[in-house]
Amino acid sequence: MADQTYRLELKNITKSFPGVLAVQDVTLSAYPGEILALAGENGAGKSTLMNILSGAFTADAGMILLDGQEVKISSPRRAQELGIAMIHQELALIPQMTVAQNIFLGREPLFAAGTLVNTKIMQTEAQRILNQLGLDFAVTALISDLSIAQRQMVEIAKAISIKSRVIILDEPTSALTERESGKLFGLMRSLREQGVTLIYISHRMEEIFDLSDRLAVMRDGQLVGVAATKELNVNSVVQMMVGRELKEFFPKAETQRGEVALEVHHLRSGTHLKDATFTLFKGEIVGLAGLVGSGRTEIARVLFGADQNEGGEIRVAGAVAHIHSPQEAIRLGIGLVTEDRKAQGLFLGQSVRSNASVSLFERLSRFGFLLYGQIDQWMRGAIQQLNIRTANLEQRVGSLSGGNQQKVVIARWLALNPKILILDEPTRGIDVSSKAEIYNLMSELAAKGMAILMISSELPEILGVSDRILVMREGRLMAEFSRAEATQDRIMQAATGQLLNAGGNS
Amino acid sequence: MASSAPQFHSTPFTLSIFLKRFGLLLVYALLGLGLSLLSDRFLTGANQINILRQATISGIVAIGMTLVILTAGIDLSVGSILALSAVITADLLKQGMPVVLAILIALGVGALMGMVNGLMIARGKIPPFIATLGMLTVGRGLTLMYTQGKPFTGLPDTFRFIGTGSIGAIPMPIVIAAALFIFVTVVLTRTRFGEYIYLIGDNPLAARLAGINTNRMIVFVYMISGMCSALAGLILIARLDSAQPVIGVGYEFSAIAAVVVGGTSFSGGEGTLFGTLLGTLLIETLSNGLNLLNVSQLWEQVIKGVVIALALLFYNAINRSSK
Repeated sequence: MADQTYRLELKNITKSFPGVLAVQDVTLSAYPGEILALAGENGAGKSTLMNILSGAFTADAGMILLDGQEVKISSPRRAQELGIAMIHQELALIPQMTVAQNIFLGREPLFAAGTLVNTKIMQTEAQRILNQLGLDFAVTALISDLSIAQRQMVEIAKAISIKSRVIILDEPTSALTERESGKLFGLMRSLREQGVTLIYISHRMEEIFDLSDRLAVMRDGQLVGVAATKELNVNSVVQMMVGRELKEFFPKAETQRGEVALEVHHLRSGTHLKDATFTLFKGEIVGLAGLVGSGRTEIARVLFGADQNEGGEIRVAGAVAHIHSPQEAIRLGIGLVTEDRKAQGLFLGQSVRSNASVSLFERLSRFGFLLYGQIDQWMRGAIQQLNIRTANLEQRVGSLSGGNQQKVVIARWLALNPKILILDEPTRGIDVSSKAEIYNLMSELAAKGMAILMISSELPEILGVSDRILVMREGRLMAEFSRAEATQDRIMQAATGQLLNAGGNS
Repeated sequence: MASSAPQFHSTPFTLSIFLKRFGLLLVYALLGLGLSLLSDRFLTGANQINILRQATISGIVAIGMTLVILTAGIDLSVGSILALSAVITADLLKQGMPVVLAILIALGVGALMGMVNGLMIARGKIPPFIATLGMLTVGRGLTLMYTQGKPFTGLPDTFRFIGTGSIGAIPMPIVIAAALFIFVTVVLTRTRFGEYIYLIGDNPLAARLAGINTNRMIVFVYMISGMCSALAGLILIARLDSAQPVIGVGYEFSAIAAVVVGGTSFSGGEGTLFGTLLGTLLIETLSNGLNLLNVSQLWEQVIKGVVIALALLFYNAINRSSK
């Protein structure tokens, strides 16, 4: 590749924010027709670097060359004109508008300058792009009716429609199922064939190794290494990311299975959860696998009293429980770390203290007055135990990194010392060392006798952490595997209801 | 996991944080300075007491409104609640009911109307704007029906004390408003209920999933707003010695204006009662100053509106720069 010319060259890029040197003297290049993976812990500077490239931030120093020409990327609009598109973690589509409208947002073809939008041309053109990408949804479909994966495809279609030479994807698979991710990767590979440069930020090692040609690793704002992906392995990459060796990524301590903590018979709720029967024992971690929409989250919501139980029996420690509200669930010793921590878990504008200790307010107050001394004492312990990185207790939780935000939510439940802890996608979108810390913690809690139900779409995580694995399909609990029996193929087979080929054409 | 004790450090103090915290105080000081230069009557003790007394009525309503807006709600019915509880109390007092009982009944009427608001919003899932807009009309209609359009005048002196009496040199309305302000500030900053108000305003869904009985808290908040309105009405009729059926019309505007100028966010979860106090005083001082300078009533309306718009632009600018 050495004689090939670069599509993109970043030279000595530096960017600081008040108090933080976010990106420090980074020099990085990318070829046309390659997938360059960018890895690093949260806060390592990946997103800042990519935001500079896409015009959201301006670098303090350094230069950017595109096809050998120096360019000044002063705004997202300028980046667009130059053919640089960034697809953010939080998608920027308008749900109430159609696929075609979103693709051409702000650049709608008009009948004549300053007149009405020519919907026909817009739709034909959008259809041409969808065909080129092999996407099968209608250009007239509303974004709100599409799945997260399909929305991501629309973002990519949008990037293609502006003739992007460089497409940056920021953790595109964090909300996708394996099958959807597979489709996205297919699309990325075909874009690579067409000569597009793809820069791909991800926390998922498997995907990085599966997909990328080269891998760049950042740590503390600096580039710590770039190499052809096939010359690297997971351990060396993780070591580069964290700057030290992680003891063990999935620390699975042998635990003693205790008494029955929870029994569920024929649980049913709404249209997504049709029939689930299972038992949870003290001291074990049970993984709940299945595709998105298979009813996993609904099980958690019913058990926690957030959705109505429409038939079916719940027994907590042997006694029949009627759970109509989260308060009742909490009283029974059930905690829930929700799937979407920003929408359902956190109070983003409030302090770390309020966010973590809200569950203790009942207990640590007298005549309604909060006992801040005791709350802060507990907070210090929790921050230490969970290794939460925060400037102080007053810091707004919204300004913490994803991993630290998740630890704050977990701290909230640990405060109550629940008998049953349900974690829905506990490591989605968080960095590797936070992940490892959360796995460690789950293992410790189980060893102390807590019953843990973990919902996850990441099979390596399910396999690495669980003592037992339950698999949902279309609202029904279809299979149960012991840790020894479980394999990726068996779980996928149960989750999709299809026999997989050796290649796994899911 | 990590074993070192957590090290806390304070967040750097920047200009935008300074402006956010003290900007309003600065504006208030500048306004005061300007007015005292333009009018030699402005800085007299009598005039300052006058401003405070004027500010008590809208200030008390604004205290309740602050709690409501902190939950990301709105209460448009404050003026109507004030009116209905005031005319009922005036009628009962004229029929010879003991003053304390009549006051309790007034607060009860306010609480009840607030509870209906709260239940419509929390249980009925009606947007606060619509629910309290309905209560605005219903309350005013009931007031007109109750009074048959005629005012009640000539209230007992023992009752009028809360509007016209004073403790030492300080008029009763100011004493009552100050006591209420301190009490609600303590509730907001030191109690579980206060924390819940901020959390519900920030993210109601997360609040429910954190085990907070959000419906009950919201009903409480609207009840408090109703009681604040009723209390303001009592002071007003005690001062005027008369309960008119059109009393309190437009009070929702001045209360909301005071809260918003005071920096409380309409999207909930952010704001302080001290801000509302400053907002109230700023608006009253502005009216007072414009009066002293003989500016016409009509211009006063325009200027107030412009001030509110400027305040919001200012907060937006600060919020953008501090993120």
